[in-house]
Amino acid sequence: MPMTITEKILALHAHCDHVSPGDLIEVDVDMALANDITAPLAIKVFEKMGTPSVFDREKIALIPDHFVPNKDINSAQQAKAMREFAARHGIVHYYEMGQGGIEHVILPEKGLVMPGDLVIGADSHTCTYGALGAFSSGVGSTDLGVIMATGKTWLKAPPTIKIHYEGGLSPWVRGKDLILYTLGMLGVDGANYRALEFSGTVITGLSMDQRFTMTNMAVEAGAKNGIIEPDGITLSFVAHRSHRAPSVCASDPGADYERVIRIEVDTIEPQVAFPHSPANVRPLSQVGNIELDQVFIGSCTNGRLEDLRDAATVLRGHSVKKGVRLIVIPGSQLLYAEAIKEGIIGALLEAGAVIGPPSCGPCLGGHLGVLAEGERALSTTNRNFIGRMGHPRSEVYLASPIVAASSAIRGCIAGPEDR
Amino acid sequence: MRFQGTVWKFGDDIDTDLIIPARFLNVSDVEELSKNCFADIRKGFMDMVAPGDVLVAGKNFGAGSSREHAPLAIKAAGISVIIAESFARIFYRNAFNVGLPLVESLEASRSLNEGAMVSVNLSTGEIEDIDTGRRFFAKPLPDLMRRIIEAGGLVEYVKIKRANNELSKAR
Repeated sequence: MPMTITEKILALHAHCDHVSPGDLIEVDVDMALANDITAPLAIKVFEKMGTPSVFDREKIALIPDHFVPNKDINSAQQAKAMREFAARHGIVHYYEMGQGGIEHVILPEKGLVMPGDLVIGADSHTCTYGALGAFSSGVGSTDLGVIMATGKTWLKAPPTIKIHYEGGLSPWVRGKDLILYTLGMLGVDGANYRALEFSGTVITGLSMDQRFTMTNMAVEAGAKNGIIEPDGITLSFVAHRSHRAPSVCASDPGADYERVIRIEVDTIEPQVAFPHSPANVRPLSQVGNIELDQVFIGSCTNGRLEDLRDAATVLRGHSVKKGVRLIVIPGSQLLYAEAIKEGIIGALLEAGAVIGPPSCGPCLGGHLGVLAEGERALSTTNRNFIGRMGHPRSEVYLASPIVAASSAIRGCIAGPEDR
Repeated sequence: MRFQGTVWKFGDDIDTDLIIPARFLNVSDVEELSKNCFADIRKGFMDMVAPGDVLVAGKNFGAGSSREHAPLAIKAAGISVIIAESFARIFYRNAFNVGLPLVESLEASRSLNEGAMVSVNLSTGEIEDIDTGRRFFAKPLPDLMRRIIEAGGLVEYVKIKRANNELSKAR
């Protein structure tokens, strides 16, 4: 029987020939991931399990990225608990500040996820790795604590919604605009419990960085995972990063989809999500005059090298408008160094950006750029819920790094043509 | 398993940032977390709730972040069960894993009002508005979820399963 790529990867990890939507399966986990917010709870759970050692010290990644450099004593205590657990159990993939960065940026960068892998993370944006043709999904700390002890978890095989993109993209339109547009069509629960498979010539034409942006936000429609079939671009991305052989899976002709949505991209403009939902999307031409206090470029959605390159391209020769704060946070130590070499960071600094240390930064409103009452930010992140970046009466608009950089110059939401 | 308590009513798409804002996630102690449950939309929620009360919400309850601090805070505030039209998937797993049962009923979600006295029978899926006598039937709990709740959460469930496996091996 034909299967989708998601069903194939699940079947491989459940050691069965076939998986259909609705099947409850127990699967082997290739990589289990947690951060400085979710790991402390997961560690408590692991200890309650009474297992003396973790299932495989090479298949667990513990990444301090949410509240680092630590913002207060409590967050320092949490980071310390994770660091000590990692040392006690010989966790191979623990990356301290200075070696790491944002979990979903550094795992692919360090070759820790390969096509065909099954990755479970105690972070909702674990779905990012689907860009590599892996099955990856977010869970909570208890699930993760149990996985650290057993190496297994249960999953219900999801039905798949296929989104097929055809046509030619306008010059300033990126993966971020495609996913925001798609969220606008689906709504915030339009893919709840489903797999989202992105396909078509537009997707095969996207760089890895832009593909990561798209699968990253699959969870914003409620999806269990987002996935893209591996191709030459995927294989050349992973080739020099890992010694493991990729297990390339693709959907069979005749595979069963719950829905297939076709999107013609030719007329899609840069997109902006208005408060307080990532699905509350408008094309840039219908945004109107929205003045801004802060602009943030970074996060597991848009903190990669190509994102910073886009921002620098827009900002070169311009300055951040007086009265607007532009915060840029590179997603990892490695890409930060690369961005310095390429002159990207120099251009951003010259334009008036402040550069933060590789971390989640202000995305979740706890640290490094929190908004005051009544303030308005445009952000390249993934969520603009009430209070997401600070005061419950602040506002967050979501867009691409190109729109973010253009808006920082103008002081209101704008595209590169309005610079 | 049967619960009875007063209804606390919420709307659609209540995300985990609303349930517990990220600025309060620098601790993992559940009592501390519960103090900030719904901090931005119903400050002091924990002090208003009586142990056993019932939370009723619309669609897509628990959307967004995977923070397990969300169901932990709700449970520690005293809520015994959540009735909603639908739940976001990570929240659904997390709630059962920490021993907080969830039931789905469109009718009950729309009909139950704030302050009503309601009873929920997990085994039969029957929900009753005690004041009006109106009854609703939730979707039956999936077998695995029922077993996790009966065990008291995922950790206990896995431990029991492991012990049974060892027992059957020994035989």
